[in-house]
Amino acid sequence: MQSTTPTADDDPRGESILSIRNLQTVFRTDHEHIRAVDGISLSISPGETLGIVGESGSGKSVTARSIMGLVDAPGEVLPESSIVFDGTELTELSADQYQEVRGSGVGMIFQDPLKSLNPVYTVGNQIREALRINRGITGQEATDVAIDLLEDVAIPDPERRLDEYPNEFSGGMRQRAVIAMMLACDPDVLICDEPTTALDVTIQAQIVELLQDIQAERDLAILFITHDMGVIAEISDRVNVMYAGEFVEKAPVEELFANPKHPYTQGLLDAIPGTSVDDERLNTIEGDVPTPNQPATDCRFAPRCPKAFEDCTEVHPTHVSVSDTHDHSTACLLYPEGKSRTERVEHHRSQAPADTQGGAQE
Amino acid sequence: MSQQSIQSTADADQHSQPLVEVTDLKKHYGDGGRFSGPPVKAVDGVNFEIQEGETLGLVGESGSGKTTLGRTLIQLETATEGTVSFDGRDITKLTGSDLKQWRKNAQIVFQDPDSSLNDRMTIGEIVREPLDAHDWNSPAERRDRVKELLSSVGLQADHYYRYPHQFSGGQRQRIGIARALALEPEFMVLDEPVSALDASVQAKILNLLEDLQDEFGLTYLFIAHDLSVVRHICDRVAVMYLGKIMEIGETEELYADAKNPYTRSLLSAIPRPDPTIDRNRITLPGAPPSPRNPPAGCQFSTRCPAKIRPEAYADIDDDTWSRIEQFREVVRERTRDQMGVRDRVKRRLGTFSKYDDIEEAADDLFADVDLPAGITDTVDTAIEAVKDGRPTEAHDALTREFGGVCDTERPDMHQVSDAGRLSYCHRHDSEYDSVADTLADRSHE
Repeated sequence: MQSTTPTADDDPRGESILSIRNLQTVFRTDHEHIRAVDGISLSISPGETLGIVGESGSGKSVTARSIMGLVDAPGEVLPESSIVFDGTELTELSADQYQEVRGSGVGMIFQDPLKSLNPVYTVGNQIREALRINRGITGQEATDVAIDLLEDVAIPDPERRLDEYPNEFSGGMRQRAVIAMMLACDPDVLICDEPTTALDVTIQAQIVELLQDIQAERDLAILFITHDMGVIAEISDRVNVMYAGEFVEKAPVEELFANPKHPYTQGLLDAIPGTSVDDERLNTIEGDVPTPNQPATDCRFAPRCPKAFEDCTEVHPTHVSVSDTHDHSTACLLYPEGKSRTERVEHHRSQAPADTQGGAQE
Repeated sequence: MSQQSIQSTADADQHSQPLVEVTDLKKHYGDGGRFSGPPVKAVDGVNFEIQEGETLGLVGESGSGKTTLGRTLIQLETATEGTVSFDGRDITKLTGSDLKQWRKNAQIVFQDPDSSLNDRMTIGEIVREPLDAHDWNSPAERRDRVKELLSSVGLQADHYYRYPHQFSGGQRQRIGIARALALEPEFMVLDEPVSALDASVQAKILNLLEDLQDEFGLTYLFIAHDLSVVRHICDRVAVMYLGKIMEIGETEELYADAKNPYTRSLLSAIPRPDPTIDRNRITLPGAPPSPRNPPAGCQFSTRCPAKIRPEAYADIDDDTWSRIEQFREVVRERTRDQMGVRDRVKRRLGTFSKYDDIEEAADDLFADVDLPAGITDTVDTAIEAVKDGRPTEAHDALTREFGGVCDTERPDMHQVSDAGRLSYCHRHDSEYDSVADTLADRSHE
């Protein structure tokens, strides 16, 4: 894995297909600005899966929609944000140009497949439409390609299934059909927003396996968003833990589960039931995810954090590397390890951008 | 067989009378009327019992009938057949005021805390409603009781005058629990109470449910599709598939060493929060069949990884065999289609062509494997029959040739452990290899 400091997000190897810097998405309401995504940075290389995990309300889905250019008023992606896909700065694109990117570069799969499928058209019709618009394939050729695509996503008897309507498909098959529609656009990056949350475990296992196969075949970069730590462990190469619009910890997946550093990550892992045999009570994280409506001047997790001390409410933590061997960083005043509390606080204070514009940037 | 086994379980359990005893319970929908299709067999003959103070988990995929079973237990649905006895009394026969009186004993917490609370009532009114309905004491006492309930589920007394939209998902679920507790029930059905919640909130609700059980001596039926949650909270677990209990037994034992092929597949599919784990996942093919048209033999036979093959085909390699199984499933799917009048006429005239695409499906499956001659003949006959518009004939022919005991006969419940665990599978018959051996064999090849 990458052995550089957290600035690996700058993508020193120049391999990343999608790279996001300081993404800020705000929703303007009458009396406040909700900073749903507050200065996050990430990058994904082809063939890699980056997982984003967090509770509801942490800003995961808004991140996905911001990348896809699907944030509508009153929401807005602030001008300081940068989303670079394959060398193109997406935030500067016009609506038409963005549509082009959505068509062929970045695909997205949503939680509820029924909402991505039109109930009054057959599945075949919808896949052929995607082929016509994005790749200009029509007629019999489109039908043949559509059959191949359904076969790729392991739908049995595809010729027949093409003529069926979404309501004739089971939940798992609908999600497969949506994936087939995405593949029709031949994307380089696939954003999956809780694609298995609505499915049963056996079907979830099928879909996860399918995504892994497709990824290996097509060298896809996948951004996988979920709140399920189990699924994250299974599918991701690297994981970013999101809390109140910011990433609080970033690490390769094995490292994150073996050595979670941020108290929030530790809390999330402890709250998983059924992992151990003993009959003890589950650990919980008190309180709820706050709605960030001010630039962060403190640690947003401090009110719920079991390890918080007074400085946590005054200094905004920045990402510090917490491992010599892995690309593992966390934004918490408990780190860097081995230093006194005053030194640590001073470290974070000095790193904080003067204009306090920022979230957890490096 | 099943009756005997159940008797012996009862003996094993400290000789006490169970609080809830379910016998051959069935719930069918859409049964009756000359022109109605076959009924949906949501619950199709289940037997189990719940001891006092125990938590029984009920797990299964969506559509397995677990919610229907839970609702039938507390008489929100009327059973089609079978009995539910509660403290020795058959409650499926209760009506009128007897039923209303009994309902105090059994309450339910619903899955979705958004839709199970009336948005136009205050929290106080919502929690007080069961007390009002049963004319419990004086209004002043009811109000005090509600405040007491709110505090026992971790809310504050001044929440009494607020409305549901002012609460988060976890808090709403607490309100639902307070309402269920109002009449001091002995038995509670928890229908996926934590599925809609985040992990950390989930943990709080689970802790609360455990505390309440200790405090009030409650008996729970805990319905969930999340197997890790069930492992944490339940004493015993029943695994359901297509209206039938596949395996039932003590939680730890069942999780550590599942005997039924379905339970094993289900457990192997749980995503583990441990990226280093080296696992042997069994990925089941396809989706569960429709409960309107369940397989004639074992309900799980269309997806079972340990299905018994007929003697004659024991030596065929697994890949070829799984293709044959897939082909059978394709044909079985076609038997579901209702044929219109025009198609029937065409069929009679021999010009029927709607099903010609079966050939392509067969090609896809068999193009790159060498089928032994005998198999090719059967497959070809089936293809012809389907093309002629007679998929049912084709399906029957395939079943005659390739079907084993799993396709034709319903299994019995077999006792599979000393603690009285039961499992629904033909492989527990001594004449067949065990499930564990078969799965190990098949995954090796």
